[in-house]
Amino acid sequence: MAESSHPSGDDRFKGLDVTMKRHQFRPDALIEVLHKAEDLFGFLGHDALFHVARGLKLPPSRVYGVATFYHLFSLKPPGAHTCVVCLGTACFVKGADRVLKAIEECAGIKAGETTKDNQLSLSTVRCIGTCGIAPLAVYDGSTVGYQTPDDVRRHVKEWLPHGS
Amino acid sequence: MDRNDLQAIADQERASWKPVRVRCCTASGCLATGSLTVKKALEQAVGQRRLGDRVDVVGVGCLGLCGRGPLVAVDPGGELFQLVTAADAPSILNALDGGPVSAPRCDARQPFFTSQLKIATETSGLIDPESVEEYVAGGGYQALARVLTEMSRADVVQEVTRSGLRGRGGAGYPTGLKWATVARSPGGRKYVVCNADEGDPGAFMDRSIMESDPHRVLEGMAVAAFAVGASHGFIYIRAEYPAAVARLRTAIEQGKKLGVLGSGVLETPFDFRVDVRIGAGAYVCGEETALMASIEGKRGLPHPRPPYPAQAGLWGCPTLINNVETFAHVPAIIKKGGEWFAGIGTEKSKGTKVFALSGKVANTGLIEVPMGTTLRHIVEVMGGGVPGGRVKAVQTGGPSGGCIPAEHLDTPVDYESLTRLGSIMGSGGMIVMDQDTNMVEVARFFMEFCRDESCGKCVPCRAGTVQMHRLLTKIAERRATHADFEGLLRLCGMVRETSLCGLGQTAPNPVLSAVRYFGDEFKALLQSI
Repeated sequence: MAESSHPSGDDRFKGLDVTMKRHQFRPDALIEVLHKAEDLFGFLGHDALFHVARGLKLPPSRVYGVATFYHLFSLKPPGAHTCVVCLGTACFVKGADRVLKAIEECAGIKAGETTKDNQLSLSTVRCIGTCGIAPLAVYDGSTVGYQTPDDVRRHVKEWLPHGS
Repeated sequence: MDRNDLQAIADQERASWKPVRVRCCTASGCLATGSLTVKKALEQAVGQRRLGDRVDVVGVGCLGLCGRGPLVAVDPGGELFQLVTAADAPSILNALDGGPVSAPRCDARQPFFTSQLKIATETSGLIDPESVEEYVAGGGYQALARVLTEMSRADVVQEVTRSGLRGRGGAGYPTGLKWATVARSPGGRKYVVCNADEGDPGAFMDRSIMESDPHRVLEGMAVAAFAVGASHGFIYIRAEYPAAVARLRTAIEQGKKLGVLGSGVLETPFDFRVDVRIGAGAYVCGEETALMASIEGKRGLPHPRPPYPAQAGLWGCPTLINNVETFAHVPAIIKKGGEWFAGIGTEKSKGTKVFALSGKVANTGLIEVPMGTTLRHIVEVMGGGVPGGRVKAVQTGGPSGGCIPAEHLDTPVDYESLTRLGSIMGSGGMIVMDQDTNMVEVARFFMEFCRDESCGKCVPCRAGTVQMHRLLTKIAERRATHADFEGLLRLCGMVRETSLCGLGQTAPNPVLSAVRYFGDEFKALLQSI
């Protein structure tokens, strides 16, 4: 394992090595390994991508190609809090666009962006399959149903120091 | 572990059940409304009232009526409570002695429940999805045992063919035929893949089945693997379903321990290993060739067929791909026979179908009904119609489908009828739209979806969806001319005919169906010159 540990001494790379080893460094485990990297680091930085490329003996272009193809992988560090607004059909029919607009106005950022103070990352998702309680938002990983523009404003303001 | 041992586990498990079972829904919908705190409150109350020797509180899968969660059911009797809070929950136990209950009751005899016929969701909401013993107690893994000890591979394929089961993922390809093709394909290594990349927005049948009854899916896959001669399976599941992923993983571990998965299944020479592969948010990976590329760790780019996966799939080996609901139907078909299944439904669409009902409808949630049930029955009788309004259209088939207008609500739901109406059966999402829904915006919404999700491999889809979205935006903003509108329709035809995979080929469907039934809404927005 010595040859694959990272010069930075960051322990998280060790966790990544364990995952790659468990998959016997097979290239088809790339997506599984990238999931693990995203779990460990919160995003996929160049360091992590190169480390994975070396470990699985893949060209960096292939790793980068996969990392950028899939929506759930992020190459930028996320903010302290995340808010994901569902834009599935049921949410759309029940006014998800107004919910999203309310957050965008409140936080001063667009979907896909992070506030300047790194407090909040806002993103959208194409249906998380809990349409029975649409419209939905996911705050720091927990799903909440029946959201109104007022609900989301209240929620997001708690995370923003000056309420923007 | 053999068939008799399975029976012994089932008997022992049922004998250990206490007289009263309080079932608390722990599927994603109810989890999001706080069902875990409700379950905890119930458990505490049972402890405090010293009811432990006669009452069990169990976390179960989906109870169906997601819009009224958290839901709690009490056996015997199956009395149902809705919108239960942690404060109200202990009062449910009062009912055992005829005391007052503050939690709102839910009528379990309303058509939403009574019109259902449950096959794929037979034990959803009845058993604990994290307990293999409960699955076995409900007759679980008996189909696999029967297949391995009493049937030949050809018998199994024949039974599934006889059932008339068609793929529940959307296209409706006959399942028996697919199994037969893979079984016939030469090659030592074959694979079975479960497509759990349920990407259509508004569809949550597969999530619910995996969260409620993961062993049923595994059993279906194992039967399929035996029939086609595979010994390795993959479940490709989307990362947006963390609860389903966790329960599947638990189920696989339990299956291995019990000896119904792994090497020497149920003490026969049959080996079956299952791996979970998690998607990363790419809709196109629901398309089978893109899905296989993703399992191989590559970008999810589709490739032209033929060769079909049945001949050359994963790593070039013959591969059987079915979706979650299809596999979930298999155990019942083996146990009760193909003919029994074929006796349900319509002439060409056999059995039942699970639908996810959402949008502007009173009762949102999951239902399983016989094929051929009319849309009106589903939406107005079971779903309770639009609260304070009327149905304008029902969207089926997601971004590959279309909107069926209110005047066609009496159409029986089967593959052919929905296709004739310009939509498709799809995977089972049904989103109800009311009179306030702007159909031009709906068309634009789906085109935006397809534009974002196009993988970029073929030009018609990559460039066509951008252009169609631009034209739809122009129409919605009243800047379009009649020539633009004509251009949009021509482009729809071109993209449909020339795209590489299903995503592009069906991307124009929502526009075409909206124009077909609500063309006036488009024309009213066009400039007169």
